[in-house]
Amino acid sequence: MKIYNKGLVFSLILVFAAIALFPFLVQGGRVAAKPDPKTDTPEIMQYAQEHGGKKECVESKEWMRGEHMQLLNQWRDSVVRDDNRGYISNTNHQRWNMSLQNGCMKCHSNKKKFCDECHNYLSVKPYCWDCHIQPAEKEEVKS
Amino acid sequence: MSMDRRDFLKVAGISSILGFGATVASATNLITGKQLLPPQVEMNKDALRAKRWAMVVDMSKFKTDEDFQKTITACHTIHNVPDFRKPDGSVDKKFEVKWIWQTNYEKAFPGMENQYQGEHLKDMPFMVLCNHCTNPACVRVCPTKATYKLPDGVTMQDMHRCIGCRFCMAACPYGARSFNWIDPRRAANLDPAKGGKVNPEYPTRTKGVVEKCTFCTERLAVGKIPACVEAAPQGALLFGDLEDPNSEIRKIIGEKLTIRRKPELGTGPAIYYLIGGGEHA
Repeated sequence: MKIYNKGLVFSLILVFAAIALFPFLVQGGRVAAKPDPKTDTPEIMQYAQEHGGKKECVESKEWMRGEHMQLLNQWRDSVVRDDNRGYISNTNHQRWNMSLQNGCMKCHSNKKKFCDECHNYLSVKPYCWDCHIQPAEKEEVKS
Repeated sequence: MSMDRRDFLKVAGISSILGFGATVASATNLITGKQLLPPQVEMNKDALRAKRWAMVVDMSKFKTDEDFQKTITACHTIHNVPDFRKPDGSVDKKFEVKWIWQTNYEKAFPGMENQYQGEHLKDMPFMVLCNHCTNPACVRVCPTKATYKLPDGVTMQDMHRCIGCRFCMAACPYGARSFNWIDPRRAANLDPAKGGKVNPEYPTRTKGVVEKCTFCTERLAVGKIPACVEAAPQGALLFGDLEDPNSEIRKIIGEKLTIRRKPELGTGPAIYYLIGGGEHA
């Protein structure tokens, strides 16, 4: 088989391979630390204490993990456009205030360890905080 | 490879069946799979409700400049409205954002001035804000439905949908809308680095959206009256349901002479200015 411009072709293939494999080479087969969002803010601990050690959210933890983005969109439309601000949970049938700043973040006051932990890992950049104000990060307690 | 007509049709048929199957499969997955349950939502129980929110402004109750300032400050602080200043301390008109502000008679009611009116009348201060029109021009022109009417008469806006085209600003005959030319969080009153402070209960806006007064929808939802009404001198701003024959504002409008800004445009403004208020209520 005759290949024209052998040198050029193969060197460019090498360059392409180097670029394509660059992320893998840099990572070196190491696995990045798995995100570990924390739900141990003082507010949540207090809630748990008052409710017999039960940490309760709007819906179950597993469900929230997968669907919170849709839920937040639904909440946004409901509050802003229909002025309906109460959400009845399908899990615990309680009424929750639909609000990011005055709902979610009142308990999950640890944006860094709760939101950013996974969002950074997955490189998703929701624009919530362009307008909404995040709670002041508390000093991390070394345990 | 060559293919005769019969073979081609076989392959095409099988592929389309597979393709259709995949569509059906993914559709059933959508229906049966994990999905949001229909939302169960409700209004707040203690929310103030009305068929048509409206306001009566009694200018005779605004006596000093301080009365105006404290009303404006109350609104702008609660809603994180940026206050851009020039180095010399004056308001930077280029970036100004206002929800409720002070203007004079000549500007608030153009065309109503008379020939020999004295300067003190033309310069008489007025408190102006979004008129929450019945037939708002801003809502009509908005290409993304980012601004709309709530059932209680408030002209609301959805900052998530605003694309910053500023059609609404061009349409509004009252200049009630302001554009965020730069990130509002850079303003001295909001930026913690410049000694500012935000209200953590309310969002700021972002660069590139239009904002205005919302009649404090978020406060009405928790049973509070608008911030300006609370902060203004007693009886200066009256807030109530225009459709309720027994409401205070309805009685005032029924008995006293009130004027509205540019009613001839047909927008149906809901802010009534009481003339010669005095001891009405």
